[in-house]
Amino acid sequence: MTAMLNVKDLRAYYGQVQALHGLTFALNEGSLTTLLGANGAGKTTTLRAICNMVRSTGAIEFEGKPLSGKSTENVVRLGIAHVPQGRGTFTTMTVEENLQLGAITRTDKKNIVADIERMYEHFPVLKERHTQQAGTLSGGEQQMLAVARALMLRPRLMLLDEPSFGLAPLIVRELFKILGKINREDKVTILVVEQNAQLALELADQAYVIETGKIVMSGNAKEIASNEDVRKSYLGY
Amino acid sequence: MELFTNQVLAGIATGAIYACMALAVVMIYQAIDHLNFAQGEMAMFSTFISWQLMQWGVPYWWSFVLTLAISFAGGIIIERLLFKPLAKAPVLTNVAGFIALFAIVNSVAGLIWDFTIKQYPTPFGSAPFLGSQLISTHQAGMVGVTLLMLVGLYIFFQFTRIGLAMRAAAALPESARLVGVNTSWMIALGWGMASAIGAVAGILIAPVVFLEPNMMGGVLVYGFAAAVLGGLTSPLGAVVGGFLVGVFENLAGTYIPGVGNELKLPIALALIITVLVFKPAGLFGRAIVKRV
Repeated sequence: MTAMLNVKDLRAYYGQVQALHGLTFALNEGSLTTLLGANGAGKTTTLRAICNMVRSTGAIEFEGKPLSGKSTENVVRLGIAHVPQGRGTFTTMTVEENLQLGAITRTDKKNIVADIERMYEHFPVLKERHTQQAGTLSGGEQQMLAVARALMLRPRLMLLDEPSFGLAPLIVRELFKILGKINREDKVTILVVEQNAQLALELADQAYVIETGKIVMSGNAKEIASNEDVRKSYLGY
Repeated sequence: MELFTNQVLAGIATGAIYACMALAVVMIYQAIDHLNFAQGEMAMFSTFISWQLMQWGVPYWWSFVLTLAISFAGGIIIERLLFKPLAKAPVLTNVAGFIALFAIVNSVAGLIWDFTIKQYPTPFGSAPFLGSQLISTHQAGMVGVTLLMLVGLYIFFQFTRIGLAMRAAAALPESARLVGVNTSWMIALGWGMASAIGAVAGILIAPVVFLEPNMMGGVLVYGFAAAVLGGLTSPLGAVVGGFLVGVFENLAGTYIPGVGNELKLPIALALIITVLVFKPAGLFGRAIVKRV
């Protein structure tokens, strides 16, 4: 099976500081992969490098096409949706406008309307609040909105940066259940970056563990979850 | 009482000019978070272009449309050449850029068209409007055009996809890029629109103050006052602010002893400072609802 996203020897820099030291990994089409690691390990930087939001070297290929040199918006237009850390909600706009913005690069008007309805089915709370300013939503609702906004792109690949951050455990479970459903039913390949390793490993089928800018472990999510040494030394539970 | 009503009416009439300028100021402020000090000069230059076209025999409305198109393109070109490279530069560098642009546009206009005062025609005529001595049909036309532009902008930003994309790019550039908006071009588009709106302001005001390279000097200060009063983030605020400043200026000139015509400009400046001290977001500034 060929990989949908191929990352080879990725190095990223913030000014003089190197944050990634030669990352190599691949995502299979249709997979749900998690990238785990502690604070400052380089998880967010990895996602930002894929979308060309940080200076990087190395090769990133999406469906066989290199992404280097493409602007962030052009990477997105290839079908890569990125839910950033902190959700990136357009707080002064309404919930519905946020969803429309997710589909701003699409031209199939009829389907956009249908997709917004579909998002309301996935996330009924968004329908209740569709005319409200998005900034008035709770953290969990904003995270749902961020996921829905990303899905409005009809992405082939979705990148999520710590979707569980700051949310109550129950809400995280609900959100992860929806992510699993989206992955299975809509055939969206998902890469989710998480600090909440336990939950992420339950959800994912593949896992990578990253430490100070390098991949230190990879494999089947269930196996990594059941390996006590790994859990204790890298995942801290 | 009649004096009062007349002064208010005349204030609304001049306020229309300030409202137009304030609209242009707000457009650019939304896009790049800076006040364009050269906005007035750009408007003056656009007005000269339309005057030149008419000198060459182009009919009024054709020259109007052509001037808007040229100004729109010119705004985009200025952004691409001068301000795109400064996008990440400190505020003061941008301010220097604006001042340079101000000086260049002003001198070039003087060089091409010299500094003598020129007559500029009005399409609305200058008869008394509905029998009022203080407001002419031209001034009534100005108010109408300003309101039309406001409605047009509102429809553009609320109901079109590109308007939505522009709002997104202004509010949160990074998130906008992550949904695929080309934020850099949205800024250029904002410049183009501001430049075209400024052109309308210049063309409307030229019959009143006459056409010459320094015609916008005072007007821009009032435009800033209007934009600050209305809230720099709100096109509606800019227009309401424009009318309020116009009325306020007239009433102060009439009723406060010693103000007269000479001290009207300091009043605009005092207004800017008062608003910034007591209500920095302005009357219609974006009230962001936040959960705490």
